[in-house]
Amino acid sequence: MIWDWQFAREIFPILLRAFLQVSLVITVLATLLAAALGLVMAVIRYSKVPVVSPTTSGFLQFIRATPIPVQLFFVFYVLPDIGVLISAVVTGVLVLGIHYASYFAEVYRGGIESIPKGQWEACTALSLPVRTIWQRVVLPQAVRKILPSLGNYVISMAKEVPFLLFISVPEMVAQAKDIGGASFRYLEPFTICGVIYLAFSYPASVLMRKLEIRLETA
Amino acid sequence: MKQLKDDPVNGASTDRPFIHFDKVVKRYGELTVLDHLDIDIAAGEKVTLIGPSGSGKTTILRLLMTLESLTEGYIWVDGKPLWHKYNGTELVPADQKHLREMRKQIGMVFQHFNLFPNMTVLQNVIEAPIRSLGQSRDLAVARAKELLNHVGLSAKEDAHPNQLSGGQQQRVAIARALAMSPRVLLLDEVTSALDPELVAGVLAVLRELAETTDITMLCVTHEMGFARDVSDRVMMFDKGQIVEEGPPRQIFEAPEHDRTKGFLSAVLAH
Repeated sequence: MIWDWQFAREIFPILLRAFLQVSLVITVLATLLAAALGLVMAVIRYSKVPVVSPTTSGFLQFIRATPIPVQLFFVFYVLPDIGVLISAVVTGVLVLGIHYASYFAEVYRGGIESIPKGQWEACTALSLPVRTIWQRVVLPQAVRKILPSLGNYVISMAKEVPFLLFISVPEMVAQAKDIGGASFRYLEPFTICGVIYLAFSYPASVLMRKLEIRLETA
Repeated sequence: MKQLKDDPVNGASTDRPFIHFDKVVKRYGELTVLDHLDIDIAAGEKVTLIGPSGSGKTTILRLLMTLESLTEGYIWVDGKPLWHKYNGTELVPADQKHLREMRKQIGMVFQHFNLFPNMTVLQNVIEAPIRSLGQSRDLAVARAKELLNHVGLSAKEDAHPNQLSGGQQQRVAIARALAMSPRVLLLDEVTSALDPELVAGVLAVLRELAETTDITMLCVTHEMGFARDVSDRVMMFDKGQIVEEGPPRQIFEAPEHDRTKGFLSAVLAH
């Protein structure tokens, strides 16, 4: 098998476009969902609301304990049986978003618990309303501490987007597989996929490490 | 101006002391920190709590600030139960709403300052008046600047706490507590975490506060000179009980109880 530069040049733009327009867009949307949902879950768990908090903990445990492909197949193939029809891309965003929300919630929890007890006591002593305590004191301090770990989760989420090819989302790896199937050449498309992922993940993780060092010393 | 004890405006405080501990018990599991403690404090009174560590004096402040919950007994502030509310004529444990209301008249300064590190000095001071008392931003800022000027930190209002010395941070924390215009100020070993050369600046601010306002002050401290100068009354604690109390002159110059004598000689020795 010899590397065909001509063929590689032909398919590179197609794969890059698939990465930017599908894989990355799904990663960004799922990240936003995970960030918001994870926060809600973390606050609910931390607030120790009877019934709701244990239920949330149980749900998070369940999400983390089952593989992403099973969750994808379930939402995409099983839910339509009870009349819930969701498009492949939205399914991908939902499943990845909810899955990572469970990790994000864990990271948030760590961030919240890292806030010294004295900060909470100062809030009590100043009669700050609960909303203000979270919005103005706890979360702004927690975010600085957790940004690096959140970033690393986003990077690993980007690498799990190819699971979506199981439900025919046209992300980059699915397209590489199709190109391979049509041309009987798999070397170039999958190599290019790997290179594009590397070109994304490596600088991103270096950036995260730098951010981590900066926030620690700030 | 000292507040008159029979001030008709504060009607409730005429028949009861301003702060009243009624058989207060605080237990942590098996450990009894306060054992059926009774304390009366008049409005405007400056009281210093002294005693060995673990004697329960900090717990008294923390119960008043509602940072720790009461095991048994009642605490009254200005004629109202702090930890309870009336259900008909019966006293039942208070809800969060009641606690939040009661807290507004009480302020606290902590040993480790507990400033909000993500906010500037000015933001630290205006946050509670705006969010908790509903003051307008303009009013809160004007008052905060006045208070910061008073504690000698006008130049630092845009600084973040980590850019300040411990003494400066503690003076900001005092301004932050005062911005709520509390009627009671609790001072919990406010100079213990400071380098010796920074203690004087903080004490000067508190001395002036004690002399010029009618704010009720409860102070846990190891600064005996400060205690002697500003307090109306000193309470010596040991094992969750008041061993001896009286005017500072009496406690420091003619202590009667052996525990007090022992404690004072140990503290004043260094």
